Amino acid sequence: MEAFTTHRGILAPLDRANVDTDQIIPKQFLKSIARTGFGPSAFFDWRYVLNGDVNPDFELNAPRYEKRSLLVTRNNFGCGSSREHAVWALAQDGYKVIIAPYRGEGDDYIPGFADIFKNNCSKNGVVTIELSEAEVETIFKAVYGEEGLEATVDLENQKLTLHGESEVTFDFEYDPSVKNKLLKGLDDIEESLLYLDDIKEFETKHATWIHQ
Amino acid sequence: MAKTLFDKIWDRHVVRELPDGTSLIYIDRHLVHEVTSPQAFEGLRLTGRKVRHPELTFSTMDHNVPTDDTRLTIKDPISKAQVEALETNCKENGIHLYGIGDDHQGIVHVIGPEMGITVPGLTLVCGDSHTSTHGAFGTLAFGIGTSEVEHVLATQTLRQKKPKTFKVEYTGKLSPHVHSKDMVLKLIGIIGTAGATGSVFEFCGEAVEALSMEARMTICNMAIEGGAKAGLIAPDQTTIDYVLAEDRPFVPKGEELEKAIEEWKKLPSDPDAKFDRTLVIDASKIAPQVSWGTSPGMVIDVDLPVPGLDDVPGYSAGDVQKALDYMGLEAGQALADCKLDTVFIGSCTNSRIEDLRRAAKVLDGKKKADHIKLLVVPGSQQVRKQAEAEGLDKIFTAAGAEWRWAGCSMCLAMNPDKLAPQERCASTSNRNFEGRQGAGGRTHLVSPEMAAAAAVAGHFVDIRTWNGGN
Repeated sequence: MEAFTTHRGILAPLDRANVDTDQIIPKQFLKSIARTGFGPSAFFDWRYVLNGDVNPDFELNAPRYEKRSLLVTRNNFGCGSSREHAVWALAQDGYKVIIAPYRGEGDDYIPGFADIFKNNCSKNGVVTIELSEAEVETIFKAVYGEEGLEATVDLENQKLTLHGESEVTFDFEYDPSVKNKLLKGLDDIEESLLYLDDIKEFETKHATWIHQ
Repeated sequence: MAKTLFDKIWDRHVVRELPDGTSLIYIDRHLVHEVTSPQAFEGLRLTGRKVRHPELTFSTMDHNVPTDDTRLTIKDPISKAQVEALETNCKENGIHLYGIGDDHQGIVHVIGPEMGITVPGLTLVCGDSHTSTHGAFGTLAFGIGTSEVEHVLATQTLRQKKPKTFKVEYTGKLSPHVHSKDMVLKLIGIIGTAGATGSVFEFCGEAVEALSMEARMTICNMAIEGGAKAGLIAPDQTTIDYVLAEDRPFVPKGEELEKAIEEWKKLPSDPDAKFDRTLVIDASKIAPQVSWGTSPGMVIDVDLPVPGLDDVPGYSAGDVQKALDYMGLEAGQALADCKLDTVFIGSCTNSRIEDLRRAAKVLDGKKKADHIKLLVVPGSQQVRKQAEAEGLDKIFTAAGAEWRWAGCSMCLAMNPDKLAPQERCASTSNRNFEGRQGAGGRTHLVSPEMAAAAAVAGHFVDIRTWNGGN
């Protein structure tokens, strides 16, 4: 996996909550046995009209976002199907960072990202940043207010900076194990195989309850 | 310290705690299907790694396969290539495969329990979010992405952060014609599709204990629609009877089985075990549920009107409006006023023999409404065989249904079964996302009994008071 340290790019908005992975990459593209080629199909049903033309009403199709590499959206992004193709599609369509708000606390807590999606992002070098609803609202306003607004993500220091007329910086939390992996571009399997002796030892005394 | 069912399973599978705060967890069963595995096998090939435990890895074809009589010769060349890739990958790696034409082919979450691959107390994963289904056995089962599929193939482990626990207790008894599908839809309506993110449910209480294993699988199947990592139900005599019944070739035998049963009996949560969160739902008050929107949390009692913009907890007025527009509905409308085009009975949620029996009971001696296309797709070839032995297929075809071979079919419309734009479908599946059953298609999630009644009436009815269309 390619390491992620810092990234500066143009921000684009997707003002919807609960965007599911069926929307990010519809089923017809899941028939591929390759890991590449998904980029042009990201958000397919919104991005194109039925005859295949680009849908001018879909906000990410606006020319001002053509060169975007950061996405700001609403909560529970990536819910539903476990398809990693959704992350491949976003990454191959140029997104390196996705920002979404968490909401509430305790029993009312709603996360920015769905679990499996977030985990899949971490395997593909895509950074998922969760901020408060108020902070994300500020980012939406800034994106709508200024064409070509750029932002920088500094993963090491967990800072997101908007380079608008006046610079604004947000601090974000990041799971230390995922952060370390992203910063170094580590391969999970290689890391886990360092513990092969532990796995072998475990297998000698663990019952898997199967009849062979 | 008192432990939950989840804690007991987790502790039994920790290979070691890792310095980064995650745990290396051993995986007892790995289910594989054609869609989310080819890139993982390719990854192994590129790195020269081998499948560590082919004998713990089981594979079938379900998402892509046609369910009509053309199933043995897939016409779509891309689907065909994917199915063939799985055949090659299984052959090269010595993995069990129940392919097209095999007597045991079927939806991965139907054949696992059917063949005794799923038993209590395991960790079980699959590159499919509805892997949570297997939690009905008191097994920690969850969906993973393709990178993790590769990780499990190579190491038989996963690196995981310990999730939280969320107990959902269903008190009382269900009313007649209300089923486990309604129980889980009701829950998702309360907590929303992200309400349980980062948690593992434990479903318990009188109404859960009274359920058959198949009905329990329906609840756990949709745990993911509440955002949960997994859903669990404590193993009890119902579980053990199911595991021991009929011919389930992979269930341990003899002394090993006796030892396993002893361990399984220790799995239920200790009486004073603490959960991170608890919710109590009175099962006796649950009505048949119908989803009206584009998210499984957008669901109402069948006798309630479609909600207004500000009446849906957890969804903004803008999101509700988008959902209403997509679904072609108006706030305040009665669901009975929606004319349906298609009824789909199938999917890993509701395609087992009991589901088909319930649907057949409603359809027996009746005809579907003329304008309805009715599709009945058994979850496995074994379910199909059993249904035919009981004559259910005759009831379905006499009612005007298409009786199909096993597969995921119109749940996600990867095969030729799909809705046309704006077609409206009553579906026993699990997701009503935009375009899920075909671009522009409109999905309403219901139980098999509600779906069957809707096929006869041509629109939704309240199964509790319906006169059978007479």
